[in-house]
Amino acid sequence: MSAPGLTAAEPGRPRPDGQVLRLLPAEGPHDLRAHLHRHGALPLREAGRLIEAVEQSGLTGRGGAAFPAGRKLRAVAEAAARASGRAGTVLVANGSESEPASSKDSVLLANAPHLVLDGIALAGAAVGAATSYLCVAEYRPELARAIAERAQAGLDAVPAQVSVTAPGYVSGQETALISALNGGLPLPTLVPPLPAQRGAHRRPTLVLNVETLAHIALIARYGPAWFRQAGTAQAPGTALVTIGGAVRAPGVYEIPLGVRLGELLAHAGLAGQPEAVLTGGYFGSWLPLPAALHAPVSAPGLREAGGALGPGVLAVLPGQCCGLAETARVLGYLARQAAGQCGPCSNGTPALAEAMNWIAFGRPRDDMIGWARQLTWLITGRGACHLPDGAAVLAASALEVFGEDVRAHARGGPCARASASPMLPIPTEPGSQGR
Amino acid sequence: MSEGGPRLRVNPIACQAHGLCIELLPELITADPWGYPIIAPGPVPDQLIPLARRAVAACPTLALLLAAGPDQADAGSGTARSARRPRAAR
Repeated sequence: MSAPGLTAAEPGRPRPDGQVLRLLPAEGPHDLRAHLHRHGALPLREAGRLIEAVEQSGLTGRGGAAFPAGRKLRAVAEAAARASGRAGTVLVANGSESEPASSKDSVLLANAPHLVLDGIALAGAAVGAATSYLCVAEYRPELARAIAERAQAGLDAVPAQVSVTAPGYVSGQETALISALNGGLPLPTLVPPLPAQRGAHRRPTLVLNVETLAHIALIARYGPAWFRQAGTAQAPGTALVTIGGAVRAPGVYEIPLGVRLGELLAHAGLAGQPEAVLTGGYFGSWLPLPAALHAPVSAPGLREAGGALGPGVLAVLPGQCCGLAETARVLGYLARQAAGQCGPCSNGTPALAEAMNWIAFGRPRDDMIGWARQLTWLITGRGACHLPDGAAVLAASALEVFGEDVRAHARGGPCARASASPMLPIPTEPGSQGR
Repeated sequence: MSEGGPRLRVNPIACQAHGLCIELLPELITADPWGYPIIAPGPVPDQLIPLARRAVAACPTLALLLAAGPDQADAGSGTARSARRPRAAR
């Protein structure tokens, strides 16, 4: 596919800091004029061609599950075709970003809102959406302004409606979003039915992360071959990642997928000789350093190394912090955030958090360590959503990567580092006193 | 029994741990430490299908399901059951 109009303004040239800026503007937030100047007009093409282009691009969901975006689009388009003769489908752009260690979606929405809104218009047209929601963590006037700019320019047949997601870790999960949009509680529901079959307004519903939609806006303009110029064959394109912890320049980076973890962390100013890095957020895994520095930063690359890309969170454990203490605090948070709907999770996730608390801040006996391991198996796959699975993965990785610390705590009680101030953010929770 | 045979599945939101299924079909259903059912993986063997049907019918909250084929289609969902499990303890 030719890509006319690619000039010096073409997004995606590598920069000295290792970033490839396709989504993020180098010079600050883009209003509609700046956006159209950089990327050109919205290429509203016929539905089938966009879906095909997204399939060829190999784009995967950037919300955490890395599911092929083209397959999702096609599933919704096909479900809509089966239900022909009735009202259209629904598009849900998920910018809720309930992952506490991630800020890439809010950075994207603040800097390139029109790329996301383009993606909503394009993907919505491709699946025949009659309604489009943009779900965000908090109301922002800039977003309303961006949508108004587009209305004035007559850009969108179906203007996006901003919906503020309820606070809480599980409320940004896709079935919880749909439940809330349907007037229910913001809690996960059982699948099937999948949202693609029956979601918001009981219609086939396309739920995509806002970053995924921004990539779709670029693929529609520059084509799948261009998209694959960054990244690897298995993990094409760029992705936004949030780097935190023991680095001199924490923040959101746009990276070509497949870059080595060591190279990326060097760009972010890796400080000292840290022991481990949390990959994939609070449903993710710790990886030992320096062993993991060779791992490619991509969903398949990190999975191969025993970690996860998830929503792109990389948090480097500072030398003065105890990985077990960090993990115990996050598990306590996850246990408090559990929806309380499913028995195995309601019982097992707090039990796992309690066991990890003993291991981090007490002097754990062998049976307590064994019980923690057993719990990781007991709760996996036994909830309506993935909260218990994620908690189990995180705890299991901590017990393995910080195995020496577990033994040291068992011998002599918690290390001095367990009382260091925390690295991983725990949001303040309404109604709790920050246990 | 075939790979495509019917499978038992619990709706974890509906299940209230009454435990009738565990009583009626111990061959395939065991209790976790809190009394909630753990289902043996894979399809239900042919000879146990009548008992499985009975367990399904006995559930007071209609939380036990006997569904044809693989228990999850993966078409079009980012939340399709992931293969991610905690790594085995060493």
